[in-house]
Amino acid sequence: MADPIRWARYRWQRLISTEGRECSSNNSSSKCYQSPKTTGKHRIVIPCLGHFKEEYEKVSKLYMNNKIRTTRYTLLNFLPRNLYEQFHRVANLYFLFLVVLNWVPVVEAFQKEITMLPLIGVLTIIAVKDGLEDYSRYKMDKQINNLVTKVYSRKEKKYIDECWKNVSVGDFVRLSRNEIIPADMVLLYSSDPDGICYIETAGLDGETNLKQRQVVRGYSEQVSEIDPEEFSSRIECESPSNDLSRFRGFVEHSNMDRVGLSKENLLLRGCTVRNTEAVVGIVVYAGHETKAMLNNSGPHYKRSKLERKVNTDILWCVLLLLLMCLTGAIGHGIWLSRYSETPFFNIPGPDGKLSPPALAGFYMFWTMIILLQVLIPVSLYVSIEIVKLGQIYLIQNDIDFYHEKTDSTIQCRALNIAEDLGQIQYIFSDKTGTLTENKMVFRRCTIAGQEYCHEENAKRLEAYQEMDSEDEDPADCQCGSSTPTSKCQGHNNRAVCEPLNRKPLNQLSGSYSAFKRQDEAGDIPHSGHMAFSSPIETDVVPDKQLLEKFSQISYQQSEETSSKLSLETMYITDFFLALAICNTVVVSGPNQPRQKMRLSSLSRMPIKSLEEIRQMFQRFSVRRLSSSPLPSVKESSSVSPNSFVRKLSIFRMKLASSNLDGAAQRVSEPQNTDSPEDSQVPGELHLVNVAAGGEPSHAVSSVELSPIPKPCYEAESPDEAALVHAARAYKCVLQSRTPDRVTVDFAGLGSLTFQLLHILPFDSLRKRMSVVVRHPVSNKVIVYTKGADSVMMDLLRTASEGIYRTCNSLLEKIKERTQQHLDDYARRGLRTLCIAKKVMSDAEYAEWLNHRFVAETSIDNREDLLLESAMRLETKLTLLGATGIEDRLQEGVPDTIQALRKAGIKIWMLTGDKRETAVNIAYACKLLEPEDRIFTLKSQSRVSRKDACALVMSKILEGIQKNASIKEKNSEKLGNVSASPSAQARGFNAGLVIDGRTLEHVLHDSLQNIFLELTEECRAVVCCQATPLQKSVLVKLVRSKLKAMTLAVGDGANDVSMIQVADTGVGISGQEGMQAVMASDFAISQFRHLRKLLLVHGHWCYTRLTNMVLYFFYKNVTYVNLLFWYQFFCGFSGTSMTDYWILILFNLLFTSVPPIIYGVLDKDVSAEILMELPQLYTTSQKSVAYLPSAFWITLLDAFYQSLVCFFVPYFTYCGSDIDIFSFGNPINTSALFIMLFHLLIECKSVTWIHAVVIVGSILFYFVFSLAVGATCKTHNPRSDFYWIMEQHMTDPVFYLVCLLTTCIALLPRYLIRVLQGTLFPSPVLRAKYLVRLSPEEQRKAIKRWKDESKCLDYSFYISSHSRLCILLISCMQHCITPCGVMDRTLHECGFAESSSDKSACSLALLP
Amino acid sequence: MSCEEQLRNGGCLASRKGAFGDGHRSLCNSLRQGWEIAGIFLSFIKPFRISQEREPRFSQRRGGQALEQVARKAGESPSPEALRRREGQPILTAGTVLPAFFIIGLIFIPIGIGIFVTSNNIREYEIDYTGTEPFSPCNKCLNVSWDSPCTCTINFTLEHSFESNVFMYYGLSNFYQNHRRYVKSRDDSQLNGDNSSLHNPSKECEPYRTNEDKPIAPCGAIANSMFNDTLELYRIDNDTRTPITLIKKGIAWWTDKNVKFRNPTGDGNNLTALFQGTTKPVNWPKPVYMLDPEPDNNGFINEDFIVWMRTAALPTFRKLYRLIERKNNLQPTLQAGKYSLDIAYNYPVHSFDGRKRMILSTISWMGGKNPFLGIAYITVGSICFFLGVVLLFIHHKYGNRNTSADIPN
Repeated sequence: MADPIRWARYRWQRLISTEGRECSSNNSSSKCYQSPKTTGKHRIVIPCLGHFKEEYEKVSKLYMNNKIRTTRYTLLNFLPRNLYEQFHRVANLYFLFLVVLNWVPVVEAFQKEITMLPLIGVLTIIAVKDGLEDYSRYKMDKQINNLVTKVYSRKEKKYIDECWKNVSVGDFVRLSRNEIIPADMVLLYSSDPDGICYIETAGLDGETNLKQRQVVRGYSEQVSEIDPEEFSSRIECESPSNDLSRFRGFVEHSNMDRVGLSKENLLLRGCTVRNTEAVVGIVVYAGHETKAMLNNSGPHYKRSKLERKVNTDILWCVLLLLLMCLTGAIGHGIWLSRYSETPFFNIPGPDGKLSPPALAGFYMFWTMIILLQVLIPVSLYVSIEIVKLGQIYLIQNDIDFYHEKTDSTIQCRALNIAEDLGQIQYIFSDKTGTLTENKMVFRRCTIAGQEYCHEENAKRLEAYQEMDSEDEDPADCQCGSSTPTSKCQGHNNRAVCEPLNRKPLNQLSGSYSAFKRQDEAGDIPHSGHMAFSSPIETDVVPDKQLLEKFSQISYQQSEETSSKLSLETMYITDFFLALAICNTVVVSGPNQPRQKMRLSSLSRMPIKSLEEIRQMFQRFSVRRLSSSPLPSVKESSSVSPNSFVRKLSIFRMKLASSNLDGAAQRVSEPQNTDSPEDSQVPGELHLVNVAAGGEPSHAVSSVELSPIPKPCYEAESPDEAALVHAARAYKCVLQSRTPDRVTVDFAGLGSLTFQLLHILPFDSLRKRMSVVVRHPVSNKVIVYTKGADSVMMDLLRTASEGIYRTCNSLLEKIKERTQQHLDDYARRGLRTLCIAKKVMSDAEYAEWLNHRFVAETSIDNREDLLLESAMRLETKLTLLGATGIEDRLQEGVPDTIQALRKAGIKIWMLTGDKRETAVNIAYACKLLEPEDRIFTLKSQSRVSRKDACALVMSKILEGIQKNASIKEKNSEKLGNVSASPSAQARGFNAGLVIDGRTLEHVLHDSLQNIFLELTEECRAVVCCQATPLQKSVLVKLVRSKLKAMTLAVGDGANDVSMIQVADTGVGISGQEGMQAVMASDFAISQFRHLRKLLLVHGHWCYTRLTNMVLYFFYKNVTYVNLLFWYQFFCGFSGTSMTDYWILILFNLLFTSVPPIIYGVLDKDVSAEILMELPQLYTTSQKSVAYLPSAFWITLLDAFYQSLVCFFVPYFTYCGSDIDIFSFGNPINTSALFIMLFHLLIECKSVTWIHAVVIVGSILFYFVFSLAVGATCKTHNPRSDFYWIMEQHMTDPVFYLVCLLTTCIALLPRYLIRVLQGTLFPSPVLRAKYLVRLSPEEQRKAIKRWKDESKCLDYSFYISSHSRLCILLISCMQHCITPCGVMDRTLHECGFAESSSDKSACSLALLP
Repeated sequence: MSCEEQLRNGGCLASRKGAFGDGHRSLCNSLRQGWEIAGIFLSFIKPFRISQEREPRFSQRRGGQALEQVARKAGESPSPEALRRREGQPILTAGTVLPAFFIIGLIFIPIGIGIFVTSNNIREYEIDYTGTEPFSPCNKCLNVSWDSPCTCTINFTLEHSFESNVFMYYGLSNFYQNHRRYVKSRDDSQLNGDNSSLHNPSKECEPYRTNEDKPIAPCGAIANSMFNDTLELYRIDNDTRTPITLIKKGIAWWTDKNVKFRNPTGDGNNLTALFQGTTKPVNWPKPVYMLDPEPDNNGFINEDFIVWMRTAALPTFRKLYRLIERKNNLQPTLQAGKYSLDIAYNYPVHSFDGRKRMILSTISWMGGKNPFLGIAYITVGSICFFLGVVLLFIHHKYGNRNTSADIPN
């Protein structure tokens, strides 16, 4: 069992761990998996049985079988293919070119074989890495391919074990609970009586809630398991695609009847069957054609900014190389032409002829290229890759990124952009789930214009907050069973304080003890891991007032018919019914959360006698929960639910029989280990008889328990869960949900079973969802709709139309008041949802149904048609009320935002929420400060003019700029001008709020520039009601126009496009599935982790990598220049004074490890100080470490050092009897020392690892040189190196030369670093000094530092008005405010100009 | 550390409670494995942290000279106070590096003086005998070719006596023995006595590989252009020419003579027979087995040949030609006085403006006369010392403000 899951996990890990480079190749390989034969639009699937046999043979050849191969190579093609892929890199091609060049005899500089060495070395390293990766993939594939599943065999007429790889399209596969689905298949049978199968898609998209899948219509009625032999239909469906949310097709029965297929019928490979005993399906896509495999696109390759810059610098190096080679060529030509006759040391070529100086010079050019090739660092690319891997490793192992509650840590999915984290200028953040916890808590509601503020609930939440903060006490950092206990106690205490709410609170505490017990039991799953069901979300304390009204209903209703109820109570009833029904929540039992609740379906069984009840209970007690119910029940309930519900009658009775009581207890025990209210059962147990036969007289009852085992809800979105939980608090409990029925336990009314006719799911276009049900009491078709108020208000039944003319005014009033409440909610930062209903006549419904049917069965234009039909339905709604749901800020968000802003990062909030909500959250998370002046751009109508928009923006801009200049003056006056923070100073106190409609205009070409100019002046930008597309367009705009480094952070599917567009995408692995994480480069669990990720790791990664890259350039230029200087003394003939082996291996073996260690481990400032002083981030953000000047200074230093390194030995040995290699040896050795000690000077933190590596490198160099010197006397034609090192080791002059050279070469850099450190320390250096202080002093110093900048901020605040200006753009002809007010406003806001744009722009002052 | 452990264990414990299926549990296991790996890494990093924490004290006490820090290894256990100070790394400020500059200065200046004195004590005498000047006795031989001997004599006077052993060099100028193709033009296997290479020299030797279809031994341009002037030194004492004994053995490296260069092996010791089938280099007047009458200095192991084969690094170079040993302690090796140098002038250098010299030099532990190294040491030492003083001044004036981190801007 564990293996398949390991497979699923492996998929993830692979996505994370594989090289970025692979992406392109992976894509290409996945493309080639799509077999060209199946490119037709449809595919026909037929079983390999019976009369289809011949056709099957024909068709099945076209489809892939289920064997997967994710490896890129086979044993045979590994070498050619890997080489082919590697030579796609320009650098490798360059080195290949050099190798080939060296084979040309005229220009040959080195021995042929030696030149290949570095290239072969690099290629081998990468090939080995690729090979290992591929091998592990191969092993994993093999394991998966050999998993066993049950496939129907024609021969043996039964299901036999088969390996996954042998499953092919058209096979029947039978799966049991908890088995993994081997291929995409259409569900034909489920042991579930309703024809439902639950699957967990965690392996596919990471979402942990269960999804329902349905048996194909027409097969669900089958009682017994489907017999493959009798299956005589053919399935036609679309060709494989990677769209997980789409599957279209139909089943054609032998009688030509067609039944539509949708994704509801499709079981996806990689998912797990849950809660369902057995399912049978027919395979439609197998192997690489499954949606899971097609979606497996691997990591994406992004190129970091630094890398781009490195590439330009490499181009400079190429230019330098060409220049040097040209010097060599010309020099050689001149040198040759100086001789009137050929000197005998200039020997002719192999052909015995001497080339003329010009031609010799030309040849020399190429020779020089080979000789000086090291200038283009071959090891740089490999080193950068290794360093990045090391950095990613360190990030991933940072314990600070561990989030206890979700048990998750950081995931680095992109391996090559870690250093971009250090350069972020803009952060685009989603709101919900990113800044907030996405734990939706029901806060308020308004029903029929009456508001219920749920004060007790608010108190409860406050208590939670306190507890949470206690929780976060570092002393209490372990996660054990102690915290739930404390929570529980806290709750009980409060329960005592509020006797009025005892009952629900008892429930509450009961649930707590349940949690506690679960925690302690250990093996029972933690509820925290279920979707959206932490106690804070599940428990709602009902509003007293509402509860009173509510209880009224239940009593009234038992006596009166529903039609006679007062309008308000009807509203309330409908409201809660809508809350409970209008969703897609899946219900499961508490203890076996993955077990479907059966109780409710049993409760509506017609039970004849007490005896039968007993039998039933006995069945319960042996827990045959999922065994199929009695066939008769099944029939009666499924065939005629309408007639059944019509005859529903309700009455309550006190439980008299202690017998039954005991039985009830027995019932409750298995499922409900925690029924604290057991003692209360006799008193409060409502027995409801739901008799199908319409003969209440002899139906004793089915037991409808008040202490219902608390069902667990698994919702796709937290809002839904919150609403269902809220409904439950009012005893309107969603009991079960099947595809065609919803059962709600309504406090007094008992169990109501609604026939579920349709669910029109939520989409971002409509911004609402609806359910169509048949009401069990009234038997009318009712549409319940919930959605965003912006769309819902337009869909309401207007006063003029509608049946209830009499209550026109009432409806208007309700609408008005509800809108007021909605605005109020939004101001409080609550998420609002409107609830509405619509009653349809059967005729209307039938008409709509026809359209719907057409839409459903069409294959081609289905989405549009479905959308259209949904829109047709959702009209003329009656507003019931609205809810306000709170989404709490995540822990540490305000601090993080403040820190990031201090780091010079601009933060934009892009959200789909309402303006008021967004602004409030922005204030709460300190994105906007109370002192800030907020400019709001808001279009009131859909057709506001662009030019008006432009005008307003330019006005604002002018104002801000003027303000800024005043500010500057002020600050000058104050004498507080500083060099470093002045960049942040401008536009410090302006915030911009813009809504979706205006955004549309603003993103238009002509306005982009002014908009960006405006946003640059603002310290925060909040975009509300923005669509996912607008989000990504905004990010793209900022990225392309401002050339800024952008980071997008989000958690939901609506953020995916934005995450993909940004330079760095960060996904928050929160509540809303894994889509954002899948698309991201880094996945974190909490927004606050962004602080460390950017400020510490981003800073480190960037400085490390830049310093390493610069060091590499320095190293190579220095080393190559040594050779270059020698050319002046050997007639530019391309001689090297070092042995080729050592020359070639110098970069690869002796000087490559220390910089890599440096690149991975160097810390210029400690993490604590970086966190404390976000200002330090600006150094990496502005790429201070890697300015163009830094590159040239590095090159200059390299030139100086190489000059020293060459000429000190030159002057020492000049005129002596020194031979070539004896001359080269001290040069080479001192070069080694210089480079390594140069690294030490540059190192900001020296650890024993550095010491070991550097000493190791030096030792290795000497050992290698000694070994070469001792052994190579003839093996290599260039054996002049023989015994040279040995000779030098005994020569004091050698040591003296090395010492002197090293000192002179490093003196200037050392001196400059010292002077820099003393006289002009950079902020980073200053921060570094802090570590030398004692902790006490350090704290003081940091505080002082902070105050410094704060004082600066403050001086700006003084000069700014603290008035809120809101500019409304509208196209309306009349001005809302009198012109006088507007002028005054303009004046106060700093726009003193006459306003000629009065018609276009209207201003209003808001408190 | 304890908190990390708790996280490692407790974090997973909590999640195990929360696991609702095998899937999650195995996920948990993987996470735990992850933490274990992290733990290993952390334990690996622990000593490294400690060493980091030690650094500041060290750098304060001793001065943060980078060189010294490398050699420094973690040994002592850190004090709690040091533990709190992380990342104390070599901070390069005037205060910390002051000692380093003074130490360098104080070490370098004596070394420089020592080298300078040593170098100054070396006696060296040089004669250019190229003969480009018309009055030079060797002017007549200027346009000599390889095998037409021409002799000339140059008289010279040594002002000072040479006390210790004297090394006699010949020097060539403007001779690019380091030309790439020239340097390559040899076959080391052949010179190492490999018989197959003897008869089939390496292609590197082209175009001096074969002559008239016979392999050349030794092949290649280096051997072909071997210096073949003969120099003889006479002391002129009252018009009598006393020849000075020039020792021709011991001028090559021991390893070259005994390991790297070897005559081909075969039956008997007759070199002539061993070199049978090969021909002499084009420019040589006589084959390689006739270089010297002494058998242990003949053939490939002829020391003049070996010395020549060690190609010079720079176009102006000298090569050891002979040794003059001090006979006894009573008199110097070469007394001050008149000498004459007899030259058998064979080697043509005029065509490429080359110069030929004869050099007599005594030698010290640091080789021949070269004032550069000594002067350089003294200069660098002085500069460092001076910089030390400047830094001391800077440190006094500005050094304190860094520690308090309030810089007025």
